[in-house]
Amino acid sequence: MTERELIIIGGGPAGMAAAIAARENGVKDILLIERDQCLGGILNQCIHTGFGLEYFKEVLTGPEYASRFMSKVKSMPGIEISLRSFAVRLTKEKKLTYLKPGKMEKVKAKAIIMATGCREKTREMVHIAGMRPSGVFSAGLAQKLINIEGLLPGKEIVIVGSGDIGLIMARRLVLEGAKVSGVVEIEAQSRGLARNIVQCIEDFDIPIYFNHKISRIYGKNRVERVDIVRVDGNFNEIPGSSFEIKCDTILMSVGLIPENELIEMAGVVIDKKTNAPVSGELNKTSIPGIFVCGNSFKVYDIVDSVTRDSLIAGKLAAEYLRSRR
Amino acid sequence: MIKKMVCIDCPHGCVLEIDMDSKPIGVRGNKCPKGIEFAISEIENPERVLTSSVLTEGLALKMIPVRTDRPIPKKDLFRAMEEIKKIRLRRTVAIGDIVIEDLLGLGVKLVATRGSAFDPDWRYPGEGSFR
Repeated sequence: MTERELIIIGGGPAGMAAAIAARENGVKDILLIERDQCLGGILNQCIHTGFGLEYFKEVLTGPEYASRFMSKVKSMPGIEISLRSFAVRLTKEKKLTYLKPGKMEKVKAKAIIMATGCREKTREMVHIAGMRPSGVFSAGLAQKLINIEGLLPGKEIVIVGSGDIGLIMARRLVLEGAKVSGVVEIEAQSRGLARNIVQCIEDFDIPIYFNHKISRIYGKNRVERVDIVRVDGNFNEIPGSSFEIKCDTILMSVGLIPENELIEMAGVVIDKKTNAPVSGELNKTSIPGIFVCGNSFKVYDIVDSVTRDSLIAGKLAAEYLRSRR
Repeated sequence: MIKKMVCIDCPHGCVLEIDMDSKPIGVRGNKCPKGIEFAISEIENPERVLTSSVLTEGLALKMIPVRTDRPIPKKDLFRAMEEIKKIRLRRTVAIGDIVIEDLLGLGVKLVATRGSAFDPDWRYPGEGSFR
């Protein structure tokens, strides 16, 4: 089994920042694993602006923000990038198994940084009753379909939850010619940034229903309509407040879950409620030498914060490796 | 009259209070000078940076993300989208390359925000024993 100083899993903003910081702090042998065909992670599909104001002091789109880190990571000797490489197993001895086209690789690392990001909550996780037709997407998947694949997921849309991705997709869909019939938020206020309420919802006169939820989804093959109902402070449905919206597509933007199954497999203590590692200190876990950074450590609002804290993770890993020599 | 609005220049989202009666108009609540610029523009001629993605033909990526290099009037957003939807990008582009020189005659450029090539490390699926 080959042995590496540091393996970083995930080539999005967190993994790239961690790799750069580790290299700059003296780690000379870094393997960066990314499952997609290119670096950048979710930033590649976040084509809207608003990235980089804190870190670069300018306003960039997601792909522009990512490309600055890509160029830097690729220019650094000592960082090997392995694309289309999917990590499947991690042990507490820091032995990693990953798949890449035509091969299964096993590597042992002296230190590991997990930069695996997070995944979106689904319809099942927020318990929406009704039928199970096609046409229910997570907002991030719809974003990928439109911005990367060039496909419009539907024509008449209802968005559940007012997270930033949902708000941004509302604008994107309207600009692409779809009708967004409403954003339904169970809380009394938006979970997204105020600027996104203004520039994505108010700019396009999209109805936003606070203190409301979808009580039922209808449709045999494809979504046909939904029932919307007002809720009280305890999220209980208020009888008689129900109304119907016709739609062919539902987007879910109801929260994100840190992706930490690999380190859980290795024995790292995970908080069952948040799915983030239980940790007293930034980026550290219950196993020395296994670090977690970016959205897999905790879900951040903006990418600049992911970069800032992931740079610290790279530095921590470098210090850990130095202390073991 | 005091008008309230949220500055959308950055993720901070400062709540601005604008005194519409004073001249020049008075702005409060802004954490930086951009808040004042935003308030004035929003009252006189609201503008937005437009981002979208354009279809390619024969390139490694099916879609290339684009942005206007400056904000355009809000009222022209949909007209601009009609232009963007017509594009079929056939030549390779680097990040920052101009896709439309003068969008709708507004004096605004449409630029690519991603290069059209994959990483040089990238190989087409099918190499080795993948298939």
